Amino acid sequence: MTPEELRKLAESQEEARPEPRHRIKICVAAGCLSAGSDRVREALQNEITQRRLEGECEVKGVGCLGLCTAGPLMLVEPDGVMYQNVTETDAADIVQSLGKKPVERLVCPADMSFFTKQYKIVLENSGVIDPEKIEDYIARDGYTALARVLEDMSPQDVIDEITRSGLRGRGGAGYPTGLKWSTVAKAGGSRKFVICNADEGDPGAFMDRSVLESDPHRVLEGMAIAAYAVGASQGYLYVRAEYPLAVKRLRTAIRQAERLGLLGNNICGTTFSFHVDIRLGAGAFVCGEETALIASIEGKRGQPRPRPPYPAEYGLWGYPTLINNVETFANVAPIIRNGGDWFASIGTEKSKGTKVFALAGRVKNTGLIEVPMGITLREIIFDIGGGIPDGHQFKAVQTGGPSGGCIPEQYLDMPVDYESLAKVGSIMGSGGMIVMDETSCMVDVAKFFMDFCVSESCGKCVPCRVGTAQMYHLLDKITSGQATMDDLALLEELCDMVKYTSLCGLGQTAPNPVLSTLQYFRDEYIAHIVDKQCPAGVCQMRH
Amino acid sequence: MNQPVRVKTLKIDGRDVSGREDETILEVARQNGIFIPTLCNLEGLTPIGACRLCLVEIKGVSRLLPACVTRVEEGMEVYTQSERLQKYRRMVLELLFSERNHICSVCVVNGHCELQSMAQILGMTHVSVPYRFPRLPVDASHERFVVDHNRCILCTRCVRVCDEIEGAHTWDVMGRGIDSRVITDLNQPWGESETCTSCGKCVNVCPTGALFEKGKPVSERLKKRQFLPYLTMMREERR
Amino acid sequence: MSKKRIATVWLDGCSGCHMSFLDMDERLVEVFQQADLVYSPLVDLKEFPEEVDITLVEGAVSSEEDLHKIRMVRERTKILVAFGDCAVTGNVPSMRNPFGTNAVLQRAYLENVTLHPQVPREVIPALIEKARPVHEVVKVDVFIPGCPPSAETIFLALSDLLADRMPDMAKLTRFGA
Repeated sequence: MTPEELRKLAESQEEARPEPRHRIKICVAAGCLSAGSDRVREALQNEITQRRLEGECEVKGVGCLGLCTAGPLMLVEPDGVMYQNVTETDAADIVQSLGKKPVERLVCPADMSFFTKQYKIVLENSGVIDPEKIEDYIARDGYTALARVLEDMSPQDVIDEITRSGLRGRGGAGYPTGLKWSTVAKAGGSRKFVICNADEGDPGAFMDRSVLESDPHRVLEGMAIAAYAVGASQGYLYVRAEYPLAVKRLRTAIRQAERLGLLGNNICGTTFSFHVDIRLGAGAFVCGEETALIASIEGKRGQPRPRPPYPAEYGLWGYPTLINNVETFANVAPIIRNGGDWFASIGTEKSKGTKVFALAGRVKNTGLIEVPMGITLREIIFDIGGGIPDGHQFKAVQTGGPSGGCIPEQYLDMPVDYESLAKVGSIMGSGGMIVMDETSCMVDVAKFFMDFCVSESCGKCVPCRVGTAQMYHLLDKITSGQATMDDLALLEELCDMVKYTSLCGLGQTAPNPVLSTLQYFRDEYIAHIVDKQCPAGVCQMRH
Repeated sequence: MNQPVRVKTLKIDGRDVSGREDETILEVARQNGIFIPTLCNLEGLTPIGACRLCLVEIKGVSRLLPACVTRVEEGMEVYTQSERLQKYRRMVLELLFSERNHICSVCVVNGHCELQSMAQILGMTHVSVPYRFPRLPVDASHERFVVDHNRCILCTRCVRVCDEIEGAHTWDVMGRGIDSRVITDLNQPWGESETCTSCGKCVNVCPTGALFEKGKPVSERLKKRQFLPYLTMMREERR
Repeated sequence: MSKKRIATVWLDGCSGCHMSFLDMDERLVEVFQQADLVYSPLVDLKEFPEEVDITLVEGAVSSEEDLHKIRMVRERTKILVAFGDCAVTGNVPSMRNPFGTNAVLQRAYLENVTLHPQVPREVIPALIEKARPVHEVVKVDVFIPGCPPSAETIFLALSDLLADRMPDMAKLTRFGA
């Protein structure tokens, strides 16, 4: 397929489709699905069939609409009404009301700041297109970036555009994407690989899953553009096996793209070939670490190895390998379409574009959000998140999962970007954001994340394997009122040691939740140790 | 010879030394009589940087790097004995001693155990973290050898020697984190292993009393490792 | 100059460290020219006295009685020395820890006894859940590893301590020595 044909195909998709008078877009991403959106979808379909409205009414499964807390969600077009908490029994009323007065009791106000304060690039198609139809994606300018790249950009042009955009790795560390691409492009080697890291594993985080479930082609297009830029012809999507829906939609997407010649040999009629295969992860958090991920794809035990050499130089099977996260790849096509300067105009000086967060915990509106870099934590939690429910008080927000930290109230007006978050002892991370109120015990939170690190440590290096287990033991002692101040001193020594001596990122960052809670909530630790009391009333003291 | 080998000059603990570009800091340090402690490393096996004892400081690098896998570079300034490093190394040992049941007085290799002597060399007289006292099995099903998991420090020398040198790959690691354990075949009793050639290389490279030969008095349980560098050297030359 | 007051205590250990102490032989005279032995299983005193300068503790903390004793000893001692591997690491007494107290009592008093097997409940102090090295229970100032530490090691360590110096034990001895 040539770029010309792609444009024609996109146009014909737009035209050929008999535009139904009413279209109900119901979210079929994992959140709403688990709330029963598949049953609602069936009920709506039955209702339409019964009323013989098939010709003028269409029910369409779409990706994530964002406000997961109020799922199942649906959008009625062209009325522009959004409904929340829909059940099967609402189907009749909804179909009845099409084109008339909306069903008041179900209306979800679209003007609420949850929706208006967001800025969507990565999620622009989420909740809009049917993730299982490539035509929908193409109709929304999908694959035009790839076509353009192949038609009139050199690999260096592509890298320059990405560099100009200022895009940084969305997996958490924030390494400049353009620099990574150019390193792989420069590396010598008869073969090169592109890997998409979809081994999302932070507790409570589901950004990547949502992107893959809602808009899988966006990631494939990003990967293909990257492959062209660095000179790779084979790609791997490393997805957790716990994401069956994402895997299913990716498989469908790959098949569709191959059929249209957008993946595979001679893409868009050029000499560029790029194949993508899926590799399933067996659920090890450490396989999100790039060298462990590579080992896993090679069929070895998923354990990291010391870097350097970095994968850019010595990666999969020893060949230069580009590894980027799902969200990073999802940003690529829009950057090519709209230009690096456009992307660089969004965000802060050093952190460009947007970031997707999974907002969870003690906020009214939990769900998936995309916000411009530089937005304040207060705007995210109180405007988009709607504040703390049930009259409770904000206490801290946890970002970066088990590698991140807890940020207290005094930093709520800080802009969200890589550097600011690091400065206060947390990290951007992959996008987990857990809000806590005064009913959360910060020592207990630290213990929760340490427990996670203990079970997810691969066991290769001593500090992480034994150090995390010892730190967990000490935290358990503290939360059960059995610890002394000597134990606290030992805990701090272990934090320092594990942080600076562990082999990979997992161990190096495992102490962060303890360090940041110690920094801002030391008095809570002291209360557990000296007064044998849990101020939040969470921990059970053993006497 | 296809390419001329480049030589790099660097400083280790203030001493001017030089090494081939494909040599590691550890190799160059040892050639010059500079002691850097190691446990998982063994000459002749692929280094893996897992025990973290050989971490060194390099001027201008914020991270500590394992000397066993870090190549020398021109102008590098390496420090191997700072107070911070010594503290971390002692803690690594303390963590290892606390992890399993290392009872030196009744151990089959008491007196020639690398973990035991490393503790003495690094000045570790007690373990400041609590002992875990896990309950671990001993597999004596093999007719000549025994694996005692109470003494294993998971250095994976046995795994590497079996895979890289003997080519049998009988050993591997099972489980994650603190629950990791070396296993034979697919966690079958060693005596029932169909891949084990009973060559005994694993026993000889084991730094502790985790792998030992039956029916020998403690004083004769010295580990013999001369074969390793010799074997690897012969293979390199054949190539 | 007044003589230093030395004590030795025997918790859960085999008394081998005390034997090694006696192995100092004629050097014992040298030691006790500078110090008095105010309490020890080797001498006949029932009460652990107040204001002891140096106490050598042999053995792990294994029973309720050990626990009680070591806390009192700590209170009454300036420099507490973990004396030998049982005190320093738990050593042989700690080998019961992975199995649990019950299993150990069963094996010792029921399974291997032919005449009137029963677990004693009186006179013998109750075992605590795990045998612990001394420093996991109270603060320890000096560690002398060794199973047992040699008479030479003990003498050098004591000489240093009597001269108000901290001995460098790693140079003299090791675990299991």
